Amino acid sequence: MKLIHKDIDKGGEGSVTLIPEEPEDMWHAYNLISEGDSVKSSTIRKVQTESSTGSSTSTRVRTTLTITVENIDFDTQACMLRLKGRNIEENQYVKMGAYHTLDLELNRKFSLWKHEWDSVSLERIELACDPSKSADVAAVVMQEGLAHVCLITSSMTLIRAKIDVNIPRKRKGFVQQHEKGLIKFYDQVMQAILRHVDFEIVKCILIASPGFVRDQFFEYMFQMAVKTDNKVLLENKSKFMLVHSSSGFKHSLKEVLQDPSVMSKISDTKAAGEVKALESFYTTLQCEPAKAFYGKKHVERANEAQAIETLLISDKLFRCDDVKLRKDYVNLVDSVRESGGDAKIFSSMHISGEQLEQLTGVAAILRFPMPELEDSEDEEN
Amino acid sequence: MARHRDIRNMDYEDEYDAYDDVYGHSVDDDYYISPSNKQFIYNRESSRDSRFEHTEDDIQEVDEIEELSDTDKAKLNSCIDQIKDILGSTLVPRNELVNLIMKYKFNIDLVVNAILEDSRYSKHNGNATEKAGPFVVPTVIEPSTTTSSVWAVASATTSTNIVKGFDVPEKEAETQPKTVDFIQKDRLGGTPRSQSPAGRGQSPASARGQSPASGRGTPLFLSSDGDDVRVSRKDGKIDPEARFKKERGDEKDHLYMVVIGHVDAGKSTLMGRLLCDLGQVNKKTMHKYEQESKKLGKQSFMYAWVLDETGEERNRGITMDVGRYQFETKTKEVTLLDAPGHKDFIPNMISGAGQADVGVLVVDATRGEFETGFDLGGQTREHALLVRSLGVTQLAVVINKLDTVSWSKDRFEEIVQKLKTFLKQAGFKENDVTFVPCSGLTGQNLVKPPTENELLEWYKGPCLLEVIDKFRAPARPITKPFKFSVNDVFKGTGTGFCVAGRVETGVLNTGDKVLVCPNKDLAAVKSLAIEEVSKVVVFAGDQATVTLSGIEMQNVSVGNILCDPGNPVQVSSRFEARIVIFNIAVPITKGYSVVLHHQSLVEPAVISKLTSQLNKSNGEVQKKHPRFLSKNSSAIVEISVSKPIALEVYSECKELGRVMLRVGGATIAAGLVTKVL
Ligand SMILES: Nc1nc2c(ncn2[C@@H]2O[C@H](COP(=O)(O)OP(=O)(O)OP(=O)(O)O)[C@@H](O)[C@H]2O)c(=O)[nH]1
Ligand SMILES: [Mg+2]
Repeated sequence: MKLIHKDIDKGGEGSVTLIPEEPEDMWHAYNLISEGDSVKSSTIRKVQTESSTGSSTSTRVRTTLTITVENIDFDTQACMLRLKGRNIEENQYVKMGAYHTLDLELNRKFSLWKHEWDSVSLERIELACDPSKSADVAAVVMQEGLAHVCLITSSMTLIRAKIDVNIPRKRKGFVQQHEKGLIKFYDQVMQAILRHVDFEIVKCILIASPGFVRDQFFEYMFQMAVKTDNKVLLENKSKFMLVHSSSGFKHSLKEVLQDPSVMSKISDTKAAGEVKALESFYTTLQCEPAKAFYGKKHVERANEAQAIETLLISDKLFRCDDVKLRKDYVNLVDSVRESGGDAKIFSSMHISGEQLEQLTGVAAILRFPMPELEDSEDEEN
Repeated sequence: MARHRDIRNMDYEDEYDAYDDVYGHSVDDDYYISPSNKQFIYNRESSRDSRFEHTEDDIQEVDEIEELSDTDKAKLNSCIDQIKDILGSTLVPRNELVNLIMKYKFNIDLVVNAILEDSRYSKHNGNATEKAGPFVVPTVIEPSTTTSSVWAVASATTSTNIVKGFDVPEKEAETQPKTVDFIQKDRLGGTPRSQSPAGRGQSPASARGQSPASGRGTPLFLSSDGDDVRVSRKDGKIDPEARFKKERGDEKDHLYMVVIGHVDAGKSTLMGRLLCDLGQVNKKTMHKYEQESKKLGKQSFMYAWVLDETGEERNRGITMDVGRYQFETKTKEVTLLDAPGHKDFIPNMISGAGQADVGVLVVDATRGEFETGFDLGGQTREHALLVRSLGVTQLAVVINKLDTVSWSKDRFEEIVQKLKTFLKQAGFKENDVTFVPCSGLTGQNLVKPPTENELLEWYKGPCLLEVIDKFRAPARPITKPFKFSVNDVFKGTGTGFCVAGRVETGVLNTGDKVLVCPNKDLAAVKSLAIEEVSKVVVFAGDQATVTLSGIEMQNVSVGNILCDPGNPVQVSSRFEARIVIFNIAVPITKGYSVVLHHQSLVEPAVISKLTSQLNKSNGEVQKKHPRFLSKNSSAIVEISVSKPIALEVYSECKELGRVMLRVGGATIAAGLVTKVL
């Protein structure tokens, strides 16, 4: 994302102008824009014109509109952000107060006005505009008959393809059906990689599986590459890395990202950092349960005691429509940081973010044990 | 894998025991209860009323100890502690424990054996062949039947101090599924019978009550061909048991036997050799294997090739998926399932073990190798725990490769001792475990008594084949509604396609209609086969191949359940289970993602709610909504699967009520479905 302009007054009111440059930026925009904000952007509007003869024609015109956002939709797979709201600026085609739906577009600027920019939103802009972001990684987690082809960017894990086929088991005297099924499966995975992985951008492709599936697949793919003289594959052979995972399910990516050899190669991705942070939460819970808590109530009480060393919080919590609730979470983050703690905002589009979300979305590792919290009931009861 | 290292310190026995006693009064198993030992049948419903029993115990306890000298008292206490170490907080009331200790003069081993062998404290012996899992499951009580309330009252006054911690059974009946009619009929029949002091199915009335919902869907049943193969009963329906007798009466009992153990323990070699020595593999084939394996530099694997059939398996010298083969013993017809030992293939091992009746655990006696497989995070422990949790109760333990330690008796005994303690904790009864010294490669003590002098010097026991022959055949739940779990989907030789799997309960005929769940697609049974031999009918306990028509192949997948359309299996993506947590590295919290194994189904799932933590020894709720669950504990949790699956509540159908939870390649818990949500 490119920041073009920023004008925020002391009270936190103001606007920024940004240009989304890659699909992931749509995700950032999605996390930035809340209901009630105003967004100004170029858009296409269908306009009905009535000619002097009375016949009406409909034409599509490009114009710039400003709307107050009432509704936000994000398509995670296509990275499409759709904003719906009422027009608030005079325009030659659109009446004041009329509804319009804005689709934010890549490489087209938009301005976002907020009544109050909080620390979490400002941090998001910084994150989105950080040029030193780590390069993208592609990963294929697979087991016999199941494969997920994923793209891991710094803030998102996108499932680009899922291959789920039945491979007959080995049977006495019928091993061919099994072996044929495997080959067909490998071929499908290979096609998915060719279709979805942009070797120009991706610096590393991880192939992960239990057993020998990854080796067999890798061997098959490069046999085929040689046979069909597939230059793309042959030239990028060194980018492939084979690692162990316990299954072909999506959440096995967690294991992949924890693999030391992978960590050293992609050390700075947010995804790997989040996996690590969540893991250390669980380790603390195991060893010193009075120093690890989750759920809003517990975490807030720990914060009141200035006990939080690391706060783990899902960005989903900042996307809620309830302004007050959002404020609570922003305050939590600010307060943890003020008292010298670390606040990690997890992307709900990463594997560990998904898990954190299931774990109420907020968890904390404390500096000192608070056994008194253990006895107090959590809100879910 | 470090997280397995400590498994030996855990204590499963109390779980298993606790499980067993409740298992004892699940609906269809109650018939063994006789008035004379009713007081030993624990019933958790009475938990709130059990105070007086505690006091009674206390008094007795004091009495007993009063008569002892101080040293004896100390000895007694240390004995009790040690026994608890072995068995967990046992189900044996303290006063009886004291009596036993006195009787056996403080000999702990004898006391433990007595407890384990006593049907009152553990599972009933009379029906011990039945598959049993290790956990407590709340019994479903029918609020509508008078008999059950009588039962509840009776048990409230007669139960001992051990109580179970489920306070919800009543509610459970309400959450029963759409087929309430059928199920109730079944239960109405089952419940009175199960409490009849007269014992097993004596009264004709109750036997009748039991059957209408059993076997197959009634409409289909009535309309199907009235050929003479079927044994008709008075009410015009066919009694599946009689039919089974007629069809299979003169055949040997069939046994499905899974072979398990750490990677490279010699499982495939042992079985390959056994099959050769039995003449199941022809000489020409064996010669071919010998030549070809030699070419690959893997001659030591020539016998393993009998079961390791894929190119990949042979090249790498490692079993990857379950291999099958048939053979016969004097009294049994055996289908062996050779499981892979490698940790990464445990999902395949689970799907094989889930279909097995009995197990053969193979361990490598070579110095250092047994230790790797057993102590250092190897699969010996995980496999044994898994098969036990999947319902296998009888085990032959092959101490293999004894040729590498020159048939040392000491080594054999050393290994036997270690395994004995562990297997006891894992919930196997001493009487159901047999240890056999063997060498698969040289063929010693497999099908014939040993010829090796060094072994003959000290071993007088049976050879492996004799041990296998002595396994008890499992009970076949053929009177229950038909259910079949799909383990493989493939193209047959003719038209249509085939599914292979196990008939879990009931009976299936060619021509029947089946419902394929969870999708609920209807299909017709074109033909049936068991081990390539075509059949007109298959029964619970059979592993069969079903050729289906009227459904597309891509609409059936591994892990699906075929069932009687009139009596379908439950389908849901959310259920409640009672789980026993193994030795895990990090605690389980709400939102923990796991891989769920249910029969052959493997599906990602999330532990969506921690309902309550249970006291391991008595099953009482210890804490509601715990923040987390740590290792070796037990709990009620809610599990959400990524998509709907077909399953049953354990108390209704044991076969489809068991689940395993795995994370990162390690088994973290085993569970029993208590509620389908
Ligand atoms: N000395 C000796 N070697 C044996 C014996 N049994 C098996 N082996 C050797 O052990 C190695 C492994 O044998 P397998 O039969 O493949 O072992 P497995 O348990 O089936 O292994 P997985 O299926 O991969 O878990 C082979 O090299 C065998 O020759 C035995 O009794 N004595
Ligand atoms: Mg093998």
